[in-house]
Amino acid sequence: MPAALVANVLVSGLLAGLVYGLMALGLSVIFGVVRVVNFAHGEMTVLAMYAAFVLFKAFGLDPLVSLLPVAALLFVAGYVLQARLINPFVTRPEHEQFILLAGVALIIVNALLMIFGPDAQHVDLPYAYDSLALGPLLIDKVRLYAALAAVAVALALFVFFRRSRIGTAIRASADNLVGAAVVGLDFKRLFALTFGIGAACAGVAGTLMILLDDATPALAPDFTLLSFTIVIVGGLGSMAGALLGGVLIGVSEALAGLLIAPSMKSMVSFALLVLVLVVRPQGLMGGKR
Amino acid sequence: MSTALLSVENVSKRFRGLLAVNDVSFALARGEIVGLIGPNGAGKTTLFNVVAGVLAPDSGDVRWEGRSIAGLAPHAVCRAGIARTFQLVRPFMALSVEDNVLIGALAAERSLAAARARAEGVLRRLELWEKRRVPAASLTLPDRKCLELARALATGARLLLLDETMAGLRPTEIDRMVAILRELNRADGVTILLIEHVMRAVMALASRIVVLHHGEKIAEGAPAAVVRHPEVLKSYLGEEAS
Amino acid sequence: MIRALRAALLPRVQWLAALLLVFLLLAPWLVDRYTLSILILVLYFAYLGQAWNVMMGFAGLLSIGHALYVGLGAYVSAGLFVHFGVPALLGLVPGMLAASLAGAAIGWLGLRFRIGGVYFALLTIAFAEFARIGFDHIDWLGASGGLFLPVTGGGGFDLWRLSGGIALYYYVSLALAAGAFVLCAALLRSRLGYYWLAIREDEAAAQALGIDVFRCRMAAVVVSAAMTAAGGTFIAFYNNNLFPESTFAIGRSIDIILGPIVGGLGTLVGPVLGAFVLTPLGEVLLGVTQAAGLDLPGLELVMHGLLLVIIIRALPGGVWPALRRRLGFLPGAGGGAR
Repeated sequence: MPAALVANVLVSGLLAGLVYGLMALGLSVIFGVVRVVNFAHGEMTVLAMYAAFVLFKAFGLDPLVSLLPVAALLFVAGYVLQARLINPFVTRPEHEQFILLAGVALIIVNALLMIFGPDAQHVDLPYAYDSLALGPLLIDKVRLYAALAAVAVALALFVFFRRSRIGTAIRASADNLVGAAVVGLDFKRLFALTFGIGAACAGVAGTLMILLDDATPALAPDFTLLSFTIVIVGGLGSMAGALLGGVLIGVSEALAGLLIAPSMKSMVSFALLVLVLVVRPQGLMGGKR
Repeated sequence: MSTALLSVENVSKRFRGLLAVNDVSFALARGEIVGLIGPNGAGKTTLFNVVAGVLAPDSGDVRWEGRSIAGLAPHAVCRAGIARTFQLVRPFMALSVEDNVLIGALAAERSLAAARARAEGVLRRLELWEKRRVPAASLTLPDRKCLELARALATGARLLLLDETMAGLRPTEIDRMVAILRELNRADGVTILLIEHVMRAVMALASRIVVLHHGEKIAEGAPAAVVRHPEVLKSYLGEEAS
Repeated sequence: MIRALRAALLPRVQWLAALLLVFLLLAPWLVDRYTLSILILVLYFAYLGQAWNVMMGFAGLLSIGHALYVGLGAYVSAGLFVHFGVPALLGLVPGMLAASLAGAAIGWLGLRFRIGGVYFALLTIAFAEFARIGFDHIDWLGASGGLFLPVTGGGGFDLWRLSGGIALYYYVSLALAAGAFVLCAALLRSRLGYYWLAIREDEAAAQALGIDVFRCRMAAVVVSAAMTAAGGTFIAFYNNNLFPESTFAIGRSIDIILGPIVGGLGTLVGPVLGAFVLTPLGEVLLGVTQAAGLDLPGLELVMHGLLLVIIIRALPGGVWPALRRRLGFLPGAGGGAR
């Protein structure tokens, strides 16, 4: 197995992993703060993929440009979903939350199926086949741009949560709900905001994803599972963990695809999930639960 | 030393820096009623939890009928013959009084029919038979306490660990409970270790009292002597009182 | 038990129940082939829902990967039939065994390592997905191309090999659904059943009464997995073909849980009621849209999604608990079990 091939596969996996990481970041924010089991996370991501696709087909917008409108769209959708539908479920048992969101997921993914059909939808970009040569490495430009965008958004989010007032308020609520209430923070609004942010992450990730892969409704449940796997492996509540987990999964899936068989690559993620749940449930970067 | 039924030997239990129980030892002989008293936070319930198997002691041993039971799982401790009640009663709310006690009886009997018969016996004894079909959630507090006791009794336990059974009961109800416990002890030879704050009940029932304070045993002996013990008074009332 | 059941129902409802039973028994003579095939699906899902309910209701473990056990039961018995001619009712047993082992492993992981709630659910999904991808590569079982069961017996009534006309499959599915109901009712009145109820009510109190919670929960998991596998054998011989993609898909697992959730989690009647409500509703919807000239793949599932959302918001316990109060079940009946 030529080293160059392995290196290229690794890099490819790493770049894709950063996008997955951003998607998982959104889930980490939702699951970690609002404590809602967002079983529709993958569906939201795929919704964003289709939104980017539509904007491309209708206006010729490069997905990298559609990032903003799609993210805004998903933000609003997430905000409304949380405020109107999900809010009463924040304190309800997990299986009820799961069912609610599984229902939402079913609606989203099958609505997409009804509108667009099961076939793959592709975005044809002029630079789709360009690549950057870096020594022995041949990096696809689309992958690179997608990964860079993902990292940029993740950094922006990090700054938001650490520096802004709202971000701090959100982190406070995540840490200590009662304490936050005593201090007078408005939960319903904060939760809706957080869910919106998480959905927006999925939105950005989805828009970037269409650069990497064709859009089909069937991807949705895979993405949901992937998001959860990454969050658990990386550690709930850790933003860096989500990115790290994404990269880890991206790289291991890419390697597995190369060394074993492409169709078996998700088995690696599942094996990792089981391993982490059993051995180190708080994930790589999570604190004590 | 005569073979004690239950023997707590140098038990210590620590919770992340807090020494909840510190080198406590005492023993119970068959047929005794022993009271375990002490101010709040003295480590009484923690000690109960160690004996009952909910917690494993960090050091020391608990011996029951000659063998070590330290670290056994709670259900194994029950099967060995020790039953416990909870400070805040925990009836199976959605189930009837009868079913609650039946579940306890299943620990002692192989067949469902035999367990039912045993449960009936216990229910009649504690005067709960009339209410057997009532869901536990509908019972008053004194009745719930009675149910908790009935359930524990139905397991055929030879030692009862009672955790603040009298809390929240009115004087007449306390007297009734005391009478029931005395009768159980006298007629069936059930050994009882009870945590109590209601001194009226402790004085009426216990032949011996063990006092804990800050996790340590500070006194042990006949009730009359213990309640006048200077260390005991200090622990309850503070330095000035003694 | 029949007496207890009758005593718990109002006379009006007793008549209804009896009528339903008679209808079900005579269905092959009363309805057309298409409706009969719908009924088979309803009964099949009522059966699987009941099996799943055992794990959720009594082990307290949310499994969204039950398609794993269906698939194991299906593939093991079908594989044995295709390669060794093992008749269905015999091949049933190794299938149930395989599923029991898988269930025991997953249950052990969940219970021993205290993996609960959504994490456990994810675990079950992961295992089902693992199987889906794994079986795609097992050539002996047809791999992704599928496993095809040769139809034998020339269409004659062969229960042992589960081959025959649609009436055969109908009665088998009816037997399964009714059998599951009876089995669960019987289990609930047994020692294990009482222990399950106790654990569900208050785990710590149950332990203090000598109940080995781990063992009882594992028993629920294994029973649930084994029962589900039997359903898998049925569906394999009914459809005569198996594909890993569709057999182990997460959509199948969600189909299984829809009935009990809509009908009533942890109740005996819930899964049956749920199946009877959902499947015909889906067919009606399909019929209406097709009549209107629309071909909308996914509409039925959108409806399922909507139903899930509506039910979980309005009646989180399911339809049955709300319904039984209106039907006049006497308060003392069942003690929470039904």
